[in-house]
Amino acid sequence: MTANARNPLSTLKSHLGAACAAAALLVAAGGAEAADLNALIWCDHSDPALLQPFEEANNVKVNVKEFEGTGAGLAIVEQSQPGDWDVMVIDSIDVPRGVEKGLFEPLPEDKLPFADLFAEVKMDKSTIVDGKRYGITEKFGYNTIGFNKTKVDPADMQSLASLTGDKYKGKIAIYDYYLPVIGMAALAIGKKTADLTEADLPALKAELLKMKANAKLVGEVTASQTALATGEVDILVGGGEWVTAGLAKENPALDFSIPKEGAVLWSQSLAMFKDSKNKDMALKFIRYIMSPEGQARLATSSCYWGMPANTKAALTDEQKKTLRFDEQPGFLARAQAYPAPNADLDKKMQDMWTEMLQAQ
Amino acid sequence: MSVSGSNSRALPWALVTPALAWTLAFFVLPFIAMGLSGLTAHEGGGLTLANYSQFFTDPSYWRAMVNSLEVTAIVTVISILLAYPFAWILAEQVPERWQRLALMLAVLPFWTSYVVRSYSWLLVLAQNGVINRALTGLGLIAEPLQLANTRFATVTGFVHFFVMLLTLTIFANLKQLSPSYRKAAADLGAGPVRTFLHVVLPLTLPGIMVGAFLTFVLCIGDYITPQILGGNNELVMPQLVMMQIGRRGDFPLASALSIILMAVVTVAYLACARWLKIERA
Repeated sequence: MTANARNPLSTLKSHLGAACAAAALLVAAGGAEAADLNALIWCDHSDPALLQPFEEANNVKVNVKEFEGTGAGLAIVEQSQPGDWDVMVIDSIDVPRGVEKGLFEPLPEDKLPFADLFAEVKMDKSTIVDGKRYGITEKFGYNTIGFNKTKVDPADMQSLASLTGDKYKGKIAIYDYYLPVIGMAALAIGKKTADLTEADLPALKAELLKMKANAKLVGEVTASQTALATGEVDILVGGGEWVTAGLAKENPALDFSIPKEGAVLWSQSLAMFKDSKNKDMALKFIRYIMSPEGQARLATSSCYWGMPANTKAALTDEQKKTLRFDEQPGFLARAQAYPAPNADLDKKMQDMWTEMLQAQ
Repeated sequence: MSVSGSNSRALPWALVTPALAWTLAFFVLPFIAMGLSGLTAHEGGGLTLANYSQFFTDPSYWRAMVNSLEVTAIVTVISILLAYPFAWILAEQVPERWQRLALMLAVLPFWTSYVVRSYSWLLVLAQNGVINRALTGLGLIAEPLQLANTRFATVTGFVHFFVMLLTLTIFANLKQLSPSYRKAAADLGAGPVRTFLHVVLPLTLPGIMVGAFLTFVLCIGDYITPQILGGNNELVMPQLVMMQIGRRGDFPLASALSIILMAVVTVAYLACARWLKIERA
């Protein structure tokens, strides 16, 4: 029995939470049948162009529920019945959070194309827990500098210092997600993202405030993408191929750089639920997503583009060019890991981010 | 006790039971859950007041409440100032047979999605948007104004929505006003301005107050408009609540912040209810 289970307050809260979630669960489970596959996903997986070929080939319906942020995703799982969900898309660095909660099933390495993945994105430190692999990286990219190359000097975009100088004041948007942008601030002050501690917070805060002073807005995915696409700003701090590649056809002026200080590598993984009632189909789904065809479709999803983790992804030459596929070895060599703070430091980083947002 | 007497007592309860059950299931229970959650530590569980003390001791959290109250107050005042003359024109100047159509046209923006409306405002207020293009085209400004991603943009988006709401409540109040009051005031020598200030306005204050309260409640709890139009250059309370959930899933802190927000709304409600009671007395 856990400490939480002995706590009457937690017990009551848990029961009430379950009662309150009942209606939502009924709705969520309403459309699902035993043969269906239920997937907790990010928006890039809801593209029919990605799901339909799998559904038709396996005569299965994939029920998807989108979420944003690991906390929100795990909350949905906690309020569901065991077995409600089969697979989940999760930040690679957060795979251990799901394992800690006893949610995930180890993946059979011999049945998945690990040998074909870019070596740098296997993320063994996060996806392997106690010798077992619980997640497979499916897509990755960079939080770096996205920009309009007709409005700014691309040479300036080779240094993070240009984000805090006067030249582009008021022409900058900041992507509203504290971890990658704090990672970029760390790179700007010469710190390794993997080594960040509480002692680094004052210097990071000073750097973030300098960025904010130059920024016109701090926006989530759609807002920051819109701002760059409509010319409201010329530079997006934290942007990368996930912003520019999908818009390349309509706006070829949008590009991204990996500055000399480096960039922050983001990656998303697929995990299978331990309590899934459809483990065979869940594994088939993961294998499909990791196949060359599935990888190409996921990489070019209508929601956002990103680099496929599989080097054999069946992308066209044009798609590879847009994603700068051939430059990846160089980019990966200069990229640093996504900050993965412990719970305490995570809280302090988010509070620092709140302070930055409120700064005038 | 007669059977018919027992039935007559049971019937009202039977009729209100669905509403009571609904309220219990979808308000009381969630509210208790939220209250308990706000008293729980995010890491490790256990009773704590840390979530509340975070709000009162961290200036950036406190600032979110100040921002919320400032924005809500500005929106409410501007909306009343715009809605009252609009409702007055609809009720007093537009011929009776056109009033229904005019009212429908007035609330037409309600028919579009709230999110779409906010994004539309973003495009109107953007650097390359309609307003800046018009002003630069007319030679009135040399450089585009920073309109989008500001508090001004948030207030504009809100006012567009709430003017319609207030117009409805004030219009209804104006229509209920008997013409005899104005005739009596005129008989006693009051001019149109004096009649408005001393007769019409006081009698339509309940409509204003009800509309203002609805504006207050909806505005202070809104997440979408400040998120889309404000550019995150300042946070309001609902944004702060959402921040706690996204990555960290800190539901206890989000619950505590929501309870604080509810407390402010409750105070506003009590003030409004008290005022209306005094007015009726």
